[in-house]
Amino acid sequence: MTTVLIAVAALLLLAAVFGGLLGFAAEKFKVEGDPIVEQIDALLPQTQCGQCGHPGCLPYAESIANGEDHNRCPPGGEQTVEALSELLGREVLPLDAEEGADVGVKKVAYIREDECIGCTKCIQACPVDAIVGAAKLMHTVIVDECTGCDLCVEPCPVDCIDMLPVTPTLGTWTWHKPDGIGLKSENIIPVVNV
Amino acid sequence: MNAPLRNSRKIFDFHGGIHPPENKTQSSGQPIRSVSLPEELVLPLNMHIGAPAKPIVNVGDQVLKGQKIADANGMVSVPVHAPTSGTVVAIGPHPIQHPSGLDAPCIIIKPDGEERWTALHPITDWHKCSPSVLITRIREAGIAGMGGAGFPTAVKMSLKEGTKIQQLLLNAVECEPYITADDRLMRERADEIVRGIKILQYLVKPAETLVGIEDNKPYAIEAMRGAAQGTDIQIVVVPTKYPSGGEKQLIQLLTGKEVPSGGIPAQIGVVCQNIGSALAMHRAIEFGEPLISRITTVTGDALSNPGNIEVLLGTPVKHLLNESGVKENRLGRVVMGGPMMGFTLHTTNIPVVKTTNCIIAASTNELPEPAPEQPCIRCGSCAEVCPADLLPQQLYWYSKTSDLERAQQYNLMDCIECGACAYVCPSNIPLVQYYRFAKGEVRTQVAEQQKADNARLRFEARQARLEKEAAEKDARRKARLAASKQKAAGVAAPSVDVKALKAASLEASSAYKAAVKELKAAQADDANNVAELSAKVDALKAKADSAKAAVRDANSGAAAPAAPSVDLKALKSASLEASSAYKAAVKAVKAAEQNGDDNVAELRAQADSLKAKADTAKAAVRDANAGTAPATVAAADPVAELKKAVGEASSAYKAAVKAAKEAEESGAEDAAALRSQADQLKATADTLKAQLRDAKDAAPAATAPAPTSAPAAAPEKDHTAERAAKMKALKTSYNMLNKMLKDSNAALERAEREGSDNLDAQRARVEDVKRQADAARNELNDLVDQAKAGIRASGSDLKTMKLEAARTESALRKKMKELDEMKKSADEERINVLYQERDLLKREADIAANALKSALEEQGLTE
Amino acid sequence: MALITVSSPHTTKKGNHTGAFMRQVIYATAPGLAALTWLFGYGTLLNVCFAVLVAVGCEALFLRARGRDVSFYLSDFSAVVTALLLALAMPPTSPWWLILIGTAFAIIIAKQLYGGLGMNPFNPAMVGYVLLLISFPVEMTRWIAPHEAPALSDSIQIFLGQTNVDAFSGATPLDTMRTWAGNAEQLSNQPILHGAFAGEGWEWVNAAFLLGGLYLMWRRIITWHIPAGVLAGLTAIALPFWLFDSVRFADPLFHLFSGAAMLGAFFIATDPVSAATSRNGRLIFGALIGVLVWVIRTFGGYPDAMAFAVLLMNLAAPTIDYYTQPRTYGHKAAHRGASK
Repeated sequence: MTTVLIAVAALLLLAAVFGGLLGFAAEKFKVEGDPIVEQIDALLPQTQCGQCGHPGCLPYAESIANGEDHNRCPPGGEQTVEALSELLGREVLPLDAEEGADVGVKKVAYIREDECIGCTKCIQACPVDAIVGAAKLMHTVIVDECTGCDLCVEPCPVDCIDMLPVTPTLGTWTWHKPDGIGLKSENIIPVVNV
Repeated sequence: MNAPLRNSRKIFDFHGGIHPPENKTQSSGQPIRSVSLPEELVLPLNMHIGAPAKPIVNVGDQVLKGQKIADANGMVSVPVHAPTSGTVVAIGPHPIQHPSGLDAPCIIIKPDGEERWTALHPITDWHKCSPSVLITRIREAGIAGMGGAGFPTAVKMSLKEGTKIQQLLLNAVECEPYITADDRLMRERADEIVRGIKILQYLVKPAETLVGIEDNKPYAIEAMRGAAQGTDIQIVVVPTKYPSGGEKQLIQLLTGKEVPSGGIPAQIGVVCQNIGSALAMHRAIEFGEPLISRITTVTGDALSNPGNIEVLLGTPVKHLLNESGVKENRLGRVVMGGPMMGFTLHTTNIPVVKTTNCIIAASTNELPEPAPEQPCIRCGSCAEVCPADLLPQQLYWYSKTSDLERAQQYNLMDCIECGACAYVCPSNIPLVQYYRFAKGEVRTQVAEQQKADNARLRFEARQARLEKEAAEKDARRKARLAASKQKAAGVAAPSVDVKALKAASLEASSAYKAAVKELKAAQADDANNVAELSAKVDALKAKADSAKAAVRDANSGAAAPAAPSVDLKALKSASLEASSAYKAAVKAVKAAEQNGDDNVAELRAQADSLKAKADTAKAAVRDANAGTAPATVAAADPVAELKKAVGEASSAYKAAVKAAKEAEESGAEDAAALRSQADQLKATADTLKAQLRDAKDAAPAATAPAPTSAPAAAPEKDHTAERAAKMKALKTSYNMLNKMLKDSNAALERAEREGSDNLDAQRARVEDVKRQADAARNELNDLVDQAKAGIRASGSDLKTMKLEAARTESALRKKMKELDEMKKSADEERINVLYQERDLLKREADIAANALKSALEEQGLTE
Repeated sequence: MALITVSSPHTTKKGNHTGAFMRQVIYATAPGLAALTWLFGYGTLLNVCFAVLVAVGCEALFLRARGRDVSFYLSDFSAVVTALLLALAMPPTSPWWLILIGTAFAIIIAKQLYGGLGMNPFNPAMVGYVLLLISFPVEMTRWIAPHEAPALSDSIQIFLGQTNVDAFSGATPLDTMRTWAGNAEQLSNQPILHGAFAGEGWEWVNAAFLLGGLYLMWRRIITWHIPAGVLAGLTAIALPFWLFDSVRFADPLFHLFSGAAMLGAFFIATDPVSAATSRNGRLIFGALIGVLVWVIRTFGGYPDAMAFAVLLMNLAAPTIDYYTQPRTYGHKAAHRGASK
């Protein structure tokens, strides 16, 4: 009987000691804020387009940290879903994009300057200030800064903004993946006698 | 041929390697030959690693052979030269040597067949020149790595201070099958190559110089050994193995050292150059020839006459194939480069460039269509042959599933894309393409991540800016609210005084009314003291009026800005009262004189004093009138005003003296009082006279009578010119400072992004520049204002300037009224706008006033 | 005339084809098959033919079911090799249904269901063998004594399951060793244990497979690492124990040339899909197989242990790869583990 009592007492003592340690650590080493939100935000593509239903990437990151599905970012594509799954330890969900949404196709806005009336509505809409211009003066898109988020197209009253796909240049061209097992990777192009 | 193929020097080995069939005998038997000039030469601007060159000729220009037609663009770049004399027919996109088949900007020259050379500047005694001179010459000659990579040679030769080079390696290995260009070069031009190596030795100063040659080129070895006899250049024979000719592998082979991953050979004290580049350096320095041609092996089953050709850069491949007897119907694949690392051309219209060491025109038998990919059986043959000792199998699995992180952990980026793994793979997997795809994905990912970070920064900056604007508006609104609250509190205080004054005024007016009644009664009775009474009445009236005025003053004391006008009104009424009192006194005197009263003198004196009072009151009114536009006529008016004041004071004094005299003569009681009053008035008149004198003295200094206006205008003009020059200088300095500010801001942003150390120093610099820029801007603005004023003053006449001043003044007042109105509404934006407009107008008004002032000063006090 | 535009390299080794690779393996088993037939009759040959048929049939069926190009995938001969190795490992007295179950299980479950060639983590032949060994222990341990082979007609009868096999069964050297280990007197009385240099009859089978294995190494189909590892591992652990107590423990030569030692070392353990890939990894893989073989033979419940040893090391192969990557050119140390 005494052994039982001793065992119980010993366990109680251990529990108390470790509980105290944990409580102390919880207070002393408490981390202000939630660093996971920043880590999630670092994986999102920062187009600030709102397709996920949140006004920007950081709010979506916060709601993901609170448990929302992490598959709602079409510009990020599958890659982002997988990266987020790995970070959060959740399962990889299929991308929750609407029908017809262009997933993974990079686009850049282009303003048809002949039709621009200089109303600055698109400038106010752009989340990264990628449109240069002023009231009653020509507006134009800084291509390097444009993230292709689409937010400028709606406010334009004369509908003069197009979303054009980014064409590869010598600097951005890369080899495509071989076709796979059972298939030959080859292009056969006729000899062009120029 | 009995040159021993063994060395006295120990050579090492690298891991892996393969032994593909060499296929070199097709092209190595014949000497190097030339071909005819093609119809046109296409020179891409990016024949090298680094930024593409910038064209410096225009369409239609005539160029000479060896003339520079495109300049190097930045540090890692080389110029492009015309390979022959002719006309530039186009500068624009053209298909170039790239597996993508994309176009790139090219300069297209139509040769005229005359081969006229441009002026050449050989340096025969190059060992007397400093290395930097030679390196500049190498750069200007457009030399890039001719072994196939195309790295600008001058950049490779520009070693960092203090770098000690142990070995200078010359890459004559030529390990790829089919290629024999370097082989023939060594056989035929070994002496020139050795001279080029000597130049390299001078530039790099190595401890030893080694030339690596594979043992499948016995004649070349012999030739090089012969040419290098007597020099300290060692010819080292290495066993034939692909890819011994890769820079990293050659370094390991000859020195046993390994180039650190991501590093350059100079870090381990090694410099490696292709012997073709060495020859080009020799030609560039000792003959002054820029790089305009190279030796290319043109070989393959589809040709009847394969061999090595000295090709002018820019020659289309088609021309070379035709000159080598191509059978078009046998062409299956055209490869630029060797069969292991070369890329296919989609059209034969592509030009030969500085890095084209071989063209293979293969039939489908020779280089058949690739077999379909089979599943990987994990045999490990690829890892056996990889010269970089990677695990190609693992890289394959991870590249296939786009698991880029894992692929990079297995050192994907160290792959040299030699193709040995794909060569041995029994399942015919296009391994190199998988790795190229994965590397491209990694690079794209890095670029996208950078773009995303940039977008995030911009987004956050924008949010911050919007918040700041909102906060500022909020603060302004709060400040206005507080100010208006304060004003409401300030009005309540004087009410007590007002009350007392009101009481006094009531008293005075009742006394006056009583006196009037008395007078009327006296007049009805026709009593003696009518004049007395009427004078009394008048005095009481004046008192009552002044009391009323005091009350009015007290009431309007809160509205200080409107003070001038109130004062004016009060003064006007005071003046009226004073003059009416005086008139009444005059009447009384006349009546007394008519009646033959005793107190005529008294009354006359009283009338005189009242006159004086009336005059001062009038003067005060006039002063007040002038006071509302103090700036406009402040300078000129004091003189005129003073004159008037002096006049009035002296007349008042004279009247007082007369009254006093008469009082004294008549022995009136208040003669002394009158005399003292007269003295007082004299004193006043004297001070006013003194003031007038002062003002008059001051005025001529500033003003200049008409005759002397010209010299004054001249300094004015000089002043203008001086000011204009100063303004210009200030403008340029301000622009420069603005640019500096932008640059330092950009540098700061960049430093912040990269997280560099001297952020604080950068920030301080930015602040400094900003301060300077602001100071310059303010100074500039002042000068601009002055100039504006100057223009106005010199340009227009006095009347228009006065009108201008008045107009601006009234506009300003109107704007301020508008502002007051708008303040009642809470329209922040509009109020801000109005504030800005008001400030603008204020400045305009100030400018006009100053202009008028200066003009008046200039032109004297004409009225 | 169209120009082909593909990635480099533009030339590959002559005769590069998985089928060619596998065919070499098939040729290399010929000496071993001949020895087995000479010693134990036509049973093995029948088994081999039937197993190949079953394997190819199952594979074709499954490829069709998976929607793949049947002829393309069959052309790599991998099913043939699996069937061959399985049949070589099984007793000559196996009835047809035993072969059927084993081969079908090996091809379908252990290979196709994992994704086909190149995707299976376990050696399919050994999976099939172990399934049969555990499910039908009697049939799987019924061997024929050497030089007492039945005639062809009898072999066919046995194959069809129509004859009582007991008349032909005998023990293998390994069985005998297991039975009489520790009993010096009995051990010296067993003729089967005293062949030329190892167990009677079986030593020639293993020698033949050794020959085939050397041929494969010469043709660079396999590298020396795994076979050397297996044999060295086996020797390294058998030697000290035998020196310690030569009655309880058999000598290394006996172990090397009995049972499926050579077949396993050169043909089964070297199955590239399920083995380790790096050089050092292969050595370790082989060595541990050798050790496990000895351990299970000596202390385990089954006479021959090659199948179990190979399967256990197949489990460990990814971990071995993980920790034995070579040092890449230009890097200071090899990359161990998956840390950044």
